[in-house]
Amino acid sequence: MALAGSCVVIMLFVISLLAPWIAPYDPNEIDLQKVLSAPSRDHVLGTDQLGRDVFTRMIWGSRISLKVGFVATGIAILIGTVLGAVAGYYGRWVDAVIMRFVDIMLCFPTFFLILAVIALLEPSIWNIMIIIGVTGWMGITRLVRADFTSLKERDFVLAARAIGASDLRIIFVHILPNAMASVLVAATLGVAGAILTESALSFLGIGVQPPTPSWGNILTAGKDNIDIAWWLSLYPGMAILITVLGYNLLGEGIRDSLDPRLR
Amino acid sequence: MGEKGWSYPVIRYIVKRLIFMVPLLIGITIVCFVVMHLAPGSPTDLETQMNPRASAEYRERLKAMYDLDKPLHEQYLIWVKKLAVLDLGRSFSPDRRPVSEKIMERLPITISLNVLSLILILIIAIPIGVLSAVYQDSLFDKVTGIFVFIGFAMPTFWLALLLMILFGVNLGWLPISGIRSLNYEYLPPGMAIVDLIRHLILPVTLAAFGGLAGLSRYMRSNMLEVIRQDYIMTARAKGLSERVVIYRHALRNALLPVITILGLSIPGLIGGSVIFETIFAIPGMGQLFYMSVMARDYPVVMGVLFIGAILTLLGNLIADVSYAVADPRIRVS
Repeated sequence: MALAGSCVVIMLFVISLLAPWIAPYDPNEIDLQKVLSAPSRDHVLGTDQLGRDVFTRMIWGSRISLKVGFVATGIAILIGTVLGAVAGYYGRWVDAVIMRFVDIMLCFPTFFLILAVIALLEPSIWNIMIIIGVTGWMGITRLVRADFTSLKERDFVLAARAIGASDLRIIFVHILPNAMASVLVAATLGVAGAILTESALSFLGIGVQPPTPSWGNILTAGKDNIDIAWWLSLYPGMAILITVLGYNLLGEGIRDSLDPRLR
Repeated sequence: MGEKGWSYPVIRYIVKRLIFMVPLLIGITIVCFVVMHLAPGSPTDLETQMNPRASAEYRERLKAMYDLDKPLHEQYLIWVKKLAVLDLGRSFSPDRRPVSEKIMERLPITISLNVLSLILILIIAIPIGVLSAVYQDSLFDKVTGIFVFIGFAMPTFWLALLLMILFGVNLGWLPISGIRSLNYEYLPPGMAIVDLIRHLILPVTLAAFGGLAGLSRYMRSNMLEVIRQDYIMTARAKGLSERVVIYRHALRNALLPVITILGLSIPGLIGGSVIFETIFAIPGMGQLFYMSVMARDYPVVMGVLFIGAILTLLGNLIADVSYAVADPRIRVS
């Protein structure tokens, strides 16, 4: 299953990398003669409300998903790892303050927080990535903190301290590599979550803005034409489902292979 | 032991939780305040831009009204004092109504929808979890396992679209928008309830869908863990029937942590209400939030953000209290 997951993930990388070459049309080529035409040999997945080729737009949309998934998760990992490491390593009041902050952030329904910030800023793709990242680091903080709390008592850390290693060196060189396993799993699942969030935002019209194609905003057109153009609703959602499924499978696979108890 | 429900340790536990909530509450207000001040420019810019006749003097008056002429910490204190009496300011929209009024008239719809979907989640997920644990590795376990995995990855708004196409457009069985038909007022009382239920089926099912996968998986692993405990072996050794062992001894212990999970799932449900209420045109708090975000009606956006966090906090408190009342370890310790 993990293999299937990695196949999906690799395939998506290839598709988004080769988008300009494999897409049969120009993603923004408007053809008013063919508005909302059903899937046919010319347009395998049909056309949208401006006569643009849906298949082409979905191929280009995979770039957005990939970008948002990785940048947003990268931001979340960075914040989560640093805060979790500091909280777990130093303990005491530093830990108390950081973890209370995590509790506070977790009180906000994430989707509300994202929307509130979007209302204040422009909904550009960069803002979306940053907002999803900045509102999604709490789980990782808890994971990393838990790892650090137990790892810092271990002999190799005490040995490092005994030979006079600095706190920074102990945190990043000695402990962090041992805590990366759970971070890697969380990151893989995080990419899936970020892709889902982005598509929901774009679907609501507050994510990636047209004419830039994203799976979510093709679905918006699907909803607007729900009684006449089912293909606009069906295929982009399938792409989201398969992508998220792929990352989830990969994440679970990594978890199983890293956790000897499950083998 | 004889101790039931509200004993002294339970009350002590609840008081502890209440005290624990105070810093969270303060934190929530600070986060809201910070988010509010992320806005480019000040609220007064926005109002005066729309009104070309606004003079410099008018602008100053507005500024004073929003206390923007005072230092930040004073602004914060004034704002918190207003929050304490639920004064969330007035909407920027033309009706200029108080934000709290706008939210309160929509809150019951959102809460009832969420409670309904929570009940649906419980009714479906618990039996699935228990059965797939009791019959581990059976066909049922494997099939539900696949469903759970797909459930985790499913964009629910897409599922909503598909079900709308299937039941609303193609089959014409269910309405796909609003919570009542246009001729609602002319329906006899019995039919009016049927009408309401028909409108609620799709949104409630879909809102529940997101939580189903998580809870059934959680229930399964809980049950698996409990079944391996010594006291279950003891119960079996006593010669109790498998039925009694599973449904009296094991289930009770596996159900307890579910209370906490329900508490934790509240922010997800409330957050999801934005999507469902927007898709199905349900006049709840989520739809209000979405419309206010689109219209950049900051006072309403901040109000809903704050109320959403408070609801989460309350949900967690209720979960904690129920846990304390239900768990004998807290009851007597």
